[in-house]
Amino acid sequence: MNNSLLVILIASGIGYGTPLLFGALGELLAERSGVLNLGVEGMMLVGAVMGFWAVQRIHANTGLTLAAAVGVAALAGAAMALIHAFLVITLRASQIVSGLALTIFAGAAGLSSYLGNDLNLAGNPARVTFHAVFSSHLQNLPVVGPIVFGQNVLVYASWLCVVLVSLYLSRTRPGLNVRAVGESPAAADAMGIDVVAYRYAHTLVGGAFAGVAGATFTLAITPQWVDNITGGAGWIAIALVIFAFWRPVLCLVGAYFFGALQSLSPTLQARNITLGPTELWTNAMPYLMTIVVLVVVSMSGARRRLGAPASLGAPYLREER
Amino acid sequence: MRIERRLWQPRWLVVAVPAVSLVFGFFASGIVLLATGHDPLSSYRQLFDAAFLSNGALGQTLVSATPLAFTGLAAAAAFRMRLFNIGAEGQLYMGAITGAAAGLYFGGRGGPSAFAIAAMVVAGCAGGALWALIPGILRAFFRTNEIITSLMLNYVAGYVLTYLIFNTESYWRQTKGFNATVFPTGKPLPPSAVWPAATLHSQGGIALPLGAGLAVLAAAVVWALYSRTRFGFEAQVLGDSPRAARYAGMRTRRKILAVMGISGAIAGLGGASQVGDFSHALDGDPNGLQKQFYGYTGIVVAALARYNPFAVVVVAFLIGGLENAGNTLQGADFPSGLVGVMKGVILFSALGGELLVRYRVRFGRRGAKAAAEPA
Repeated sequence: MNNSLLVILIASGIGYGTPLLFGALGELLAERSGVLNLGVEGMMLVGAVMGFWAVQRIHANTGLTLAAAVGVAALAGAAMALIHAFLVITLRASQIVSGLALTIFAGAAGLSSYLGNDLNLAGNPARVTFHAVFSSHLQNLPVVGPIVFGQNVLVYASWLCVVLVSLYLSRTRPGLNVRAVGESPAAADAMGIDVVAYRYAHTLVGGAFAGVAGATFTLAITPQWVDNITGGAGWIAIALVIFAFWRPVLCLVGAYFFGALQSLSPTLQARNITLGPTELWTNAMPYLMTIVVLVVVSMSGARRRLGAPASLGAPYLREER
Repeated sequence: MRIERRLWQPRWLVVAVPAVSLVFGFFASGIVLLATGHDPLSSYRQLFDAAFLSNGALGQTLVSATPLAFTGLAAAAAFRMRLFNIGAEGQLYMGAITGAAAGLYFGGRGGPSAFAIAAMVVAGCAGGALWALIPGILRAFFRTNEIITSLMLNYVAGYVLTYLIFNTESYWRQTKGFNATVFPTGKPLPPSAVWPAATLHSQGGIALPLGAGLAVLAAAVVWALYSRTRFGFEAQVLGDSPRAARYAGMRTRRKILAVMGISGAIAGLGGASQVGDFSHALDGDPNGLQKQFYGYTGIVVAALARYNPFAVVVVAFLIGGLENAGNTLQGADFPSGLVGVMKGVILFSALGGELLVRYRVRFGRRGAKAAAEPA
């Protein structure tokens, strides 16, 4: 039963979907405050390389090392996000160009490969990695075994993050303020909410999430460092936020769906099943579906109901409101 | 400290900001080099040697600069209307696919070479334009944000490109010969479809590819379009103030479609030039053309040129030199990834410098304002 196609797809979809989920949650927080950050791919790659570096250089017990590595990755991601935040919030630069600049600066053939090569990280497997935590007895349970108990700590942490982000946005005062800042910064400002501080904070936290997303690759999925290890996952994470209508719980569903699509092609190949040009459509599907969702979202009236922050991408200038 | 909007932008700042950005890019990357234990001066000397001075360097720089001129122009043409077409990457792939198809088809029929090349140019433009029209139509008719859609289509185009060479026996794929069974490659263009190059300096190996000439021509066309025609004027008004344009009765939808089409056509021409000028076969390798990120770097070029078409050509040459050096140099003084870091820092500082062009930073209290205002 645990070898059935569906169970394998869901279980591996959760594995591949976890970095997408982390990245999307971070981007969601930034976008809810009105800052579009197209630098997710770059932040992820820097998080991936720094997390891997930490695991290779820190010699403590396994749990502590991994926790420190995730912390380093989060810090690295937040540091990258700080550049973007400074440019778009303080200097009022174009969010689109700045985000792309961040990906060019930090991403493949940029800072991440500079660091990876300069710190001699290529060629060695990670000293310690995230493994499945539960006993093999639990993992062998039918259906729920591989899906629920066969995952590593990062997966469970991502579930906790979904709950926390969701509660934060819908049930807390600061969460309400963020949404106000993203919808109408002028009104939020008039209410006494510090728009600049909120935008900085959420862009930085978004970067930290992206850093952890990158570390998920180098510490769990493929525990090694190679250049461009994320392979475009950052862009899928950005797409996912739209796909999920800016809602954390839907991010989880979408992330696992896109993750399952990624593992569909090798899984089908292993079973000698061909469904047309499998490679092509499974790879292109997340992007095409996001376009479809975007079109639906942008149809008249639907935009507001579905949750796109009204001031997304617009700088806030108190003197020009 | 107060920041206020300028009523008019001084000319000298428009030139000074990109120039200072370039210098600052080198300075900040120098700090990165120092911090990681390299000698920046020796790295930069090697960089200039490899980019411009050493034997054959200029020729290679032209090879890197040509696609950047196209993608830079594509970005500049669209960004001027505040249409953020960041899909030049995918439009370039599509232009390469259609351009290669035209070259393979017409080059093999024994007609005159000029005809095959012209067909490739037209097909490349058409392929890029059609791909750009997808986000264009969605923007014009459904008001869908073109940034994300054009970006998403880059990946789709990349997968299509790889698919055509690697996962199917398509028209573009080389199916005969021993090598074809070992590693999938594109079918080579017939000789009559290969684009000519004007030799500038035979010993130094400097040749001006036809694509570079076409890029300069495209720059002239974009410049004339935006500064000499009603179309260009209306497009800029639409970019600056869509509401004013609508009140004046300008046709928004048509203009969006036209500008996206033009932008995509230029990027697509860049793709055809890649096939015709340089690779002479469709390059579907995910680590080949797709690893060059010409489309994204084109945005750096366009931003640094402040969307001026002729400045795009100049900046493309400079950044092309950087790219060329990054491709040839690899070693202790030149860690890989340095070029990406430099491009990023240059773009960051150009973006930050925009603040100085658009706003005035004033120190002191409000009272000083009247005295400093130049009427």
